[in-house]
Amino acid sequence: MTTQTTPVTAAAPTAPARGRVRRKEQRRSPLLTALTAIMLIYSLVPLVWLLINASKTQEGLFSSFGLWFDDDFALFDNIRATLAYDDGVFVRWLLNTLLYVVLGAGGATALATLGGYALAKFDFPGKRGVFAVVIGAVAVPGTALAVPTFLMFSKLGLTNTPWAVIIPSLISPFGLYLMWTFAASAIPGELLEAARVDGAGELRTFIRICMPLLAPGIVTVALFTMVATWNNYFLPLIMLKDPDWYPLTLGLNAWNDQAATAGGQAIFHLVITGSLLTILPLLAAFLFLQRYWQSGLAAGGVKD
Amino acid sequence: MFTNRRAFLRTAALATAAITTAALAACGSDDGGDTTTPVTADQVQAALDKGGSITVWAWEPTLKQVVTSFEAKYPKVKVNLVNAGTGNDQYTALQNAIAAGSGVPDVAQVEYYALPQFALGKSLTDLAAFGAGELDGTFTPGPWSSVKTGGGTFGLPMDSGPMALFYNKEVFDKHQIAVPTTWDEYAAAAKKLHAADPKAYITNDTGDAGFTTSLIWQAGGKPFAVDGTNVKINLADEGSAKFAGTWQKLISDKLLAPVGSWSDGWYKGLGDGSIATLVIGAWMPANLESGVPGAKGKWRVAPMPQWTAGANAAAENGGSSLAIPKAGANNALGYAFLKYATAGEGVKIRVDNGAFPATTAELKSAEFLGKEFPYFGGQKANEVFAKSAADVVPGWSYLPFQVYANSIFNDTVGQAYVTDKPLTDGLKAWQEASAKYGKDQGFTVG
Repeated sequence: MTTQTTPVTAAAPTAPARGRVRRKEQRRSPLLTALTAIMLIYSLVPLVWLLINASKTQEGLFSSFGLWFDDDFALFDNIRATLAYDDGVFVRWLLNTLLYVVLGAGGATALATLGGYALAKFDFPGKRGVFAVVIGAVAVPGTALAVPTFLMFSKLGLTNTPWAVIIPSLISPFGLYLMWTFAASAIPGELLEAARVDGAGELRTFIRICMPLLAPGIVTVALFTMVATWNNYFLPLIMLKDPDWYPLTLGLNAWNDQAATAGGQAIFHLVITGSLLTILPLLAAFLFLQRYWQSGLAAGGVKD
Repeated sequence: MFTNRRAFLRTAALATAAITTAALAACGSDDGGDTTTPVTADQVQAALDKGGSITVWAWEPTLKQVVTSFEAKYPKVKVNLVNAGTGNDQYTALQNAIAAGSGVPDVAQVEYYALPQFALGKSLTDLAAFGAGELDGTFTPGPWSSVKTGGGTFGLPMDSGPMALFYNKEVFDKHQIAVPTTWDEYAAAAKKLHAADPKAYITNDTGDAGFTTSLIWQAGGKPFAVDGTNVKINLADEGSAKFAGTWQKLISDKLLAPVGSWSDGWYKGLGDGSIATLVIGAWMPANLESGVPGAKGKWRVAPMPQWTAGANAAAENGGSSLAIPKAGANNALGYAFLKYATAGEGVKIRVDNGAFPATTAELKSAEFLGKEFPYFGGQKANEVFAKSAADVVPGWSYLPFQVYANSIFNDTVGQAYVTDKPLTDGLKAWQEASAKYGKDQGFTVG
């Protein structure tokens, strides 16, 4: 989180003056450039590796150098095989993941937006208590809650159903906290007063006036919860036993484990190709939503 | 991702440990009152005729075809085959489901080493109630004694892993190394091979509980003695000492490839000749064929090296049973499937798809023994495996908390592989840590 916000907020103050000053101010620090380059390579190498190795056959994976292509270019065969393996279960997992993301992350974003707005703009008794609970909840890793949640859900008869993944995903203390601080700074109190004076109801004020102002924050929270839900491993691992409800993370792991069991079929090439396919939607989401996201964080940074 | 997963699993294991403790504590009260009402073959047949659906938790790949043919034979029965994880992952899930009292499968795959833990935790149905005792003689002695644990028959053997020496003939021929028949020859071959090609190792080992216990088993060791809740652990007995002596030499001279089994690096090493042999269970051919297709024709199979020249001792490595969790909804139907898969028509289907059977009939059939493996250059490898199955040293047992014990193997014995700590110290540390855990669980550990 911090690593992502720092560059943006640091850049923000210079933003208004960008056009004029840019050329003169552009001082390069060789050390920083080198460090950034290392970071860049560090982040990109796994991706490059994934891309290169997704183009290899199972045999080629072991007989060729890891960071360069094999003679056989089998990417499209691999993609076809990945989608077709085991009666196309990969597609099913992809749809499951989408379901969890749309309902889980979408719901989490909606709840965080509503809650954050209410906490930022309304005064009510016990607000400090809520604040303490939210901050406390941010500090508790979801992993620690997974087993108690499992026991509770199994009493409710909800394990092994999509609800077992969706319902816990709806709660995002961090998203709530983010929306809270964002709403506090992005919506001027005067605006709300003006809206009320003009006779707008609370719901209408929220939807027509505040939502557009909150959009960058909403996108940010949506991205965070999307990534969290898309990559969620432990919760579905505990909750789901039926491969028909697996998300991609569990499915790929199950494929990977096939190599580690007597009589299992090793399909490393499909695991790698599947991983590549798995990260593509997230990459796309980031690229599309990037603009909103950056302006959102910058707006928060400029305010005070 | 991998480190994360480890951390996750550790958390899960801790949670499981807590649950197991509670389960054991709870079952203390109803000791002796554990009578299961017998279920006759007619009742099982009636369940089949009536139909219904059962859930089977297993990761064994060939069960898929068994389910298809079972459903074809009994159209009223729907079998829901679920891969709930491999090995430990599945045990964690099973413990959780049993503790929660819901979502428990009707049939579950449980490896032999893990069976006593579930049996003693009273999580499994004693199949004697279904007349499983009649199946005496159906299975080879090793697996059969493995499922007869804690005074009952808590599973039926699905597959077995009598051990053999798999070796890369191409590498052996290139360096003119003779196939070792004793462990001393094996150590000498390790030295010769590594001297001739510093990149090549006789085998890989970074500390593997299943492998270590199997070699101790073959050496005649009986480190774990279990009688009810009385447990004796002695990892310094004669068999364990034999193993430690030979293996210490290989470790000290750095003659073992530092590659974990089942990793991608392992498959790579098996393919490129840098891992020249494996002493492993008879289920390995299927893995070689699918995981190391490039080395087809290079590998051969030979009997396990012996601790005493001229002896014929073997051990089991891995292998699983199918068991019926008590909390499963449909025990009778579960047993019908279990029997079909382990002792009925399912066996042939599984063998045809590459599994290694645990049934004596299959192991003696001319068709099975005469099968030529193109992967092993046309060798009739099953002859070697079947002989190994007959030579398994009797009397072995695992701990009733072997799943936990194996999970700490790398923290104790594993140290000997990466530091100067002697292997015997590692085994001692493993013994002490296991004993402590056993005591904490309410066992009397001597």
